[in-house]
Amino acid sequence: MMFYWSLCVEYMKNYAKTRLTYRADFWIEVLSDILFQGLNLIFILIVFQHTPSLGGWSEAEVVFVYGFFMIPYGVFGTFFNLWSFSERYIVKGEMDRILTRPAYNLYQIVLENIDPPSIFGSIFGAVIMIISWSQLGLPFEALDALMLVVFTVGAVMIYAGLYTALTAISFYSDAPTGILPLMWNIQNYGRYPINIYNKTIRFLLTWLLPFAFVGVIPASYFLDRHEEGLTTLALFTPVVGIVVLVIGITIWNHGVKRYRGAGS
Amino acid sequence: MNSAYLDLIRIRFLMMLAYRVNYYSGIIIYAINIGAYYFLWEAIFGEQTVMGGFTLAQMTTYVAVSWMARAFYFNNLDREIASEIRDGSVAIQFIRPYSYLLVKMMQGFGEGIFRLLLFMVPGLIIVCLLFPVTLPTEPGVWVLYFVMLVFSFLINSQINILTGLFAFFVENNEGMLRMKRVLVDLFSGVVVPISFFPGWLAVTMKWLPFQAITYLPSSVFTGRTAGDEALRVLGVQVIWFLVLIIPILLVWRQARYRLFVQGG
Repeated sequence: MMFYWSLCVEYMKNYAKTRLTYRADFWIEVLSDILFQGLNLIFILIVFQHTPSLGGWSEAEVVFVYGFFMIPYGVFGTFFNLWSFSERYIVKGEMDRILTRPAYNLYQIVLENIDPPSIFGSIFGAVIMIISWSQLGLPFEALDALMLVVFTVGAVMIYAGLYTALTAISFYSDAPTGILPLMWNIQNYGRYPINIYNKTIRFLLTWLLPFAFVGVIPASYFLDRHEEGLTTLALFTPVVGIVVLVIGITIWNHGVKRYRGAGS
Repeated sequence: MNSAYLDLIRIRFLMMLAYRVNYYSGIIIYAINIGAYYFLWEAIFGEQTVMGGFTLAQMTTYVAVSWMARAFYFNNLDREIASEIRDGSVAIQFIRPYSYLLVKMMQGFGEGIFRLLLFMVPGLIIVCLLFPVTLPTEPGVWVLYFVMLVFSFLINSQINILTGLFAFFVENNEGMLRMKRVLVDLFSGVVVPISFFPGWLAVTMKWLPFQAITYLPSSVFTGRTAGDEALRVLGVQVIWFLVLIIPILLVWRQARYRLFVQGG
């Protein structure tokens, strides 16, 4: 445990050193990150110019869900930046280097690709959430703060599990998949009221690709939206997180065994 | 000489064909994506029958065809060019007896044709079966649409080439590429049709090339733009295609004096 902690510290130091050489890039990345996420906020704002409610949810509520959605996503993005895993580790064979070292392979890969600018997305999201929190006049209790942490951890585990599993596809198929960007699009539907979708998509977003658990379901706990048992479902966020993460890591570990290294 | 360019299209097409299996999963994910969008718009419309000049049926068609068209015109030429400039392999391209920019264009086109045949067409069929999409009945509209689609590709690729070439002038244009992607997705009308934009923004868009990528052709496809008006918007596309050649050639001329390879 100590060993893994010290590894983490060393990688962080390393990251800071490389980054300090290109300081301007850091801020450009932060800005473009937020702009990328902001696209969905612009969508929401434009749409609500034409309609007072979305499936019974007001603009402030939808914006609140949007703000909440960004918090776990930012944390996840900071630690999980494996979008080019297949190119870098499989095609170029860098996985060889990882596997010869005595620490858990996924842990090393995650630390090598750490991306701290993403955390600004969380901050941006938190600010939006606080603004709509006061707009909606919701009470704030100590329990809410605790639940926010619990939900964030749960949601991050869901992301981590799902994307670990999807990244592990590279072990089974040698071709670039292009599934990740598409998945990224689907994930965005987790931030709209789940009741607007039909049964199939609702089921898909709740249980198969549980993106509703990273956005609208936990957020509804704070908004007190009881319909269809949303607030009760919210309490299961950490459970879903653990299950998804375990599945993801199992698929990953199984995949690593199939890794053969690239000849070049 | 021309046959060399045709061969480039063919090679890229075959290269993509090697990875076709992944595209089948891609189609399913795309269909889910369009499905989620459909329900989202259904909820946005709620009781209203016409919004931003669209009926719900037109909106469904617009969303389906816009996302499918995006599969055709979308390419990563900007990233490819930027990375070739960064790793210096563009220097080799300078010596070769062909136009580098045309080569890139052709490679993008090969990729586009591949996605048109193996992604867009089957995808559109599936989406038509699942959702109430109304296809145009007049053959003339189809012909016009496909002509406009080619111009979507050309204009989008021109914008990509232009942003990619900026790698000659700045050392790291990653942030710029991402911002461009957000701007194109938003302003081309894939995310929200331009007629939904607040007045001042909609007016600004009329003077920018982005609308020519998605909004204009999709409007023709949904039948909102017909007759002489349809020919006029085709004219807008042609004009933008011609106008955009100028900055590309200027930047390209300047760039050749500035090539400076980092590392190597």
